[in-house]
Amino acid sequence: MVTWVFLAAAAVAVVFACLAVVVRNPILNVLSLVIVFFAMAAIFALLGMDFLAAIQVIVYSGAILVLFLFVVMLLNIPRLGRLGSGRPFQALLGSLLAAFLGGLLLAAAALLPAGLGAVLPGAAAGGTAVPIGRALISSHLFVFEFITLLLAAAIVGAVYLGERELQ
Amino acid sequence: MLDALWLIPALCLAGACANLVLGTLRAPKAIVAVVGVGSVGAATAVAWATLWAYAGQPLAVVVRPYFTWISAGDITVNASLQLDPLSAVMTAFVTVVGLLIHVYSVGYMHGEGNAAFARYFAYLNLFMFAMLLLVLGSNLAVLFIGWEGVGLCSYLLIGYYYRQLWCAQAGMKAFIVNRIGDLGFLLAIFATLAAFGSLEFETVFPAAAADPASFGPEATVIALLLFVGAVGKSAQIPLYVWLPDAMAGPTPVSALIHAATMVTAGVYMVVRANVLFRLSPTAMLTVAVVGGVTAIFAATIGLVQNDIKKVLAYSTVSQLGYMFLATGVGAWVAAIFHVVTHAFFKACLFLGSGSVIHACGGEQDMRRMGGLRIHMPTTYWTFLAATLSIAGIPIFAGFFSKDEILTRTWAAGASDLNGFGDAYRVLWALAVAAALLTAFYMFRALFTTFHGSFRGPEEVAHHLHESPRSMTLPLVLLGVLSVVGGFVGLPGQLLHLEGLNLIERFLKPVVIPLAEVGGHAAEAAHGAHGIGLATEWLLVLVSVGAAAAGVLLARRFYLGAGAFLLPRRLAERLPLLHRMLLNKYWVDELYALLVIRPLRAAAGFCWRVVDELAIDTLLVNGTAFGVELGADLARYTTTGNIRNYALMVLAAAVGIAALLW
Amino acid sequence: MTAELVPIPFTWVLALSAVLFAIGTLGVMLRRNAIAIFLSLEVMLNSANLAFAAFAYRFGAVHVAAAAALDGQIFIFFVIAVAAAEATVGLALFIALYRLRETIDVDRFNILRW
Repeated sequence: MVTWVFLAAAAVAVVFACLAVVVRNPILNVLSLVIVFFAMAAIFALLGMDFLAAIQVIVYSGAILVLFLFVVMLLNIPRLGRLGSGRPFQALLGSLLAAFLGGLLLAAAALLPAGLGAVLPGAAAGGTAVPIGRALISSHLFVFEFITLLLAAAIVGAVYLGERELQ
Repeated sequence: MLDALWLIPALCLAGACANLVLGTLRAPKAIVAVVGVGSVGAATAVAWATLWAYAGQPLAVVVRPYFTWISAGDITVNASLQLDPLSAVMTAFVTVVGLLIHVYSVGYMHGEGNAAFARYFAYLNLFMFAMLLLVLGSNLAVLFIGWEGVGLCSYLLIGYYYRQLWCAQAGMKAFIVNRIGDLGFLLAIFATLAAFGSLEFETVFPAAAADPASFGPEATVIALLLFVGAVGKSAQIPLYVWLPDAMAGPTPVSALIHAATMVTAGVYMVVRANVLFRLSPTAMLTVAVVGGVTAIFAATIGLVQNDIKKVLAYSTVSQLGYMFLATGVGAWVAAIFHVVTHAFFKACLFLGSGSVIHACGGEQDMRRMGGLRIHMPTTYWTFLAATLSIAGIPIFAGFFSKDEILTRTWAAGASDLNGFGDAYRVLWALAVAAALLTAFYMFRALFTTFHGSFRGPEEVAHHLHESPRSMTLPLVLLGVLSVVGGFVGLPGQLLHLEGLNLIERFLKPVVIPLAEVGGHAAEAAHGAHGIGLATEWLLVLVSVGAAAAGVLLARRFYLGAGAFLLPRRLAERLPLLHRMLLNKYWVDELYALLVIRPLRAAAGFCWRVVDELAIDTLLVNGTAFGVELGADLARYTTTGNIRNYALMVLAAAVGIAALLW
Repeated sequence: MTAELVPIPFTWVLALSAVLFAIGTLGVMLRRNAIAIFLSLEVMLNSANLAFAAFAYRFGAVHVAAAAALDGQIFIFFVIAVAAAEATVGLALFIALYRLRETIDVDRFNILRW
């Protein structure tokens, strides 16, 4: 049962990722990506990472992608050009390289000894939110604080960029 | 008093340092003169007190090590001084002549500015320091420091009037030519270290003398290399060319450095290393041939020179040739004897010529002099005494030393020294001919300068005057010394008074007897001359006759009603010979052609091709150009298009992934 | 406490991550609209997240100590936080650029050159 659900989620993720790249309507692109992220949230949940599944939905889909959607609508972006338009040779080379890199990664995955994973001990009972929360304010406190600093800087930067008329 | 040995050079060094400081302060000339002359005077006083104390002792070798200078592996070189009969004689006359010339310089250089005056005395004091270090050093390394020091001072003083290009060039010529000789000396030092493991005279020479058989080849190599050094410093063929040009310096410098002391350093060094030379018949013959040929060669050039200092310069080269001839026939004492007498009369001659030049307002051409005898009697009489001395007229100092050399050369030929008897006989003939020429050209100089009537311009004629006391006093003293200086080396054998020859008796310990090899003595002609008394008197007559002939010839040519007519006719009759002599056998031109032009060409090649083309253009600018070209090409990769950059990032990522695979 | 095994081989998750990464890269290479490129970048970021998750899941089973499994999840958390910051600044930049040039076609911006 778990396996089938995973395969289904994986299929949805791949299909909608392709759509997000291929479709020429920007709004549909963003919405396809939302579905990809939902599928990934499902996979996280299957792997026993319930906290991540939650923030994937809340933060990524709910906040970041909505921001994208907002910008797309604000700028009133017309239909996108065809894939690889403008610089065909470069597009061809880039595609080949991307495919090669994907193949490389797939081959790496195939070469690794396959093995089953395991859900975090106790996750089934109490979820991962508590251990992650504890780790963030104990062993990973410095990085955690640093991220807050980064976010603060990003906000300041965004406000600055949005306010001034650039020359 | 012997403990004060180090003070002798140190006082001169202190004087040099003080004068350098005074020069920067532009101190008045009186202070500089007191410091300059005072330091040398103090050194002279210390030296003579030391020699007095030394002479009272049995004549041992006194070595005073002061500190370890070089210590590397088995090799230790001490900074140490040595007092033995040879260095005693050298110190004695170097200090006296040096002091007199310092005194003379005070008068001669009074026209210079304060700074230049102090600079002159600083160099002169430094020269005294180096020269005394040279004669007092107890090993080849200390000797070499003195050797280089006098070379440096010589360069500095030849180029004293450095604002005139030709003076600076003469200084450089002297320095560079000396470098060639110094290379030989340096190699000799290394060879000595390799063969004997030490540079100390008191280690090396007894060791070589004790075992002549085993050190033969080494001795030949070392002796010949040392002689290369001596040829450079003492201006022998083929390296003599710098000495005539060295007359660009002030005249007292010519007297002190380029006549009396520095140029005799080569003779001193050869005599010092006499053991090594005696071990090598080849080296002895080489020295004798070079000396003898130089003596006649330089004398012939001196015949036609018109510059009074040039005449004296070639005469110096010629006399140095005599000294080397003496060393080459094993007459070590005679060589040093001639060094001493030559120092007296040649210093006197140079100072006299300086006095003349001073009076004539810087004129050096004898054709524009004449009749000066009336205007400057002191200079004339001292010049005459010195001229008689150098010409070898009996009872004057030069006669005794020159006659000794001629006699010993004849003896070497007669006793078939080292089996080269014929060569020595030829050298004797050359030396006698050179004696005749010497008498001729010196009296030519005397007659044209002091006799006849003045031939210079009117305004100079009015200013003709005797030089100040500070210049005439040294002249008189040196004149007296050129008369009586020879009495220290009277030929005792001739006068049936053994032991009359003081200098020979004094210097005897310097010539260490060699051990016997294979039953017979390693050297043939040492000690007794090996010729009969009658022969010896005959030889004296020959040399006196040669000198007298030279004088009479000069008198016929340059004095009286027909003065200058005969030489002119002779020059017209033999134009080629005259031009050859006047142009000094074109040796300078020959060197320019054979050495300087190829060197310049090579230097030009290094400059144009190696430096400018290969290094500057190809390597330096080429690298820069390559970087620029590469950057110019690489510039096109920064298209400004973000997608291009993204592609590059991807390509790099793929590359790294492939690498990590 | 024993780990609870889930019947999904972790290499499957890795393979999914690889496929998503390639799709995202293709998007970056082929699109010329800045927002579309940015969206593809998000796909790449999430595929990396998936790889983190895969290894966290795998090593949670191998090393029974909890830290190994937890660190991967915390990394994903951080990536999401950084992605949020990046989206904030990136989108603000696009708006600024749009104000300047009336377009966000990256081919029209070539001042980042010599």
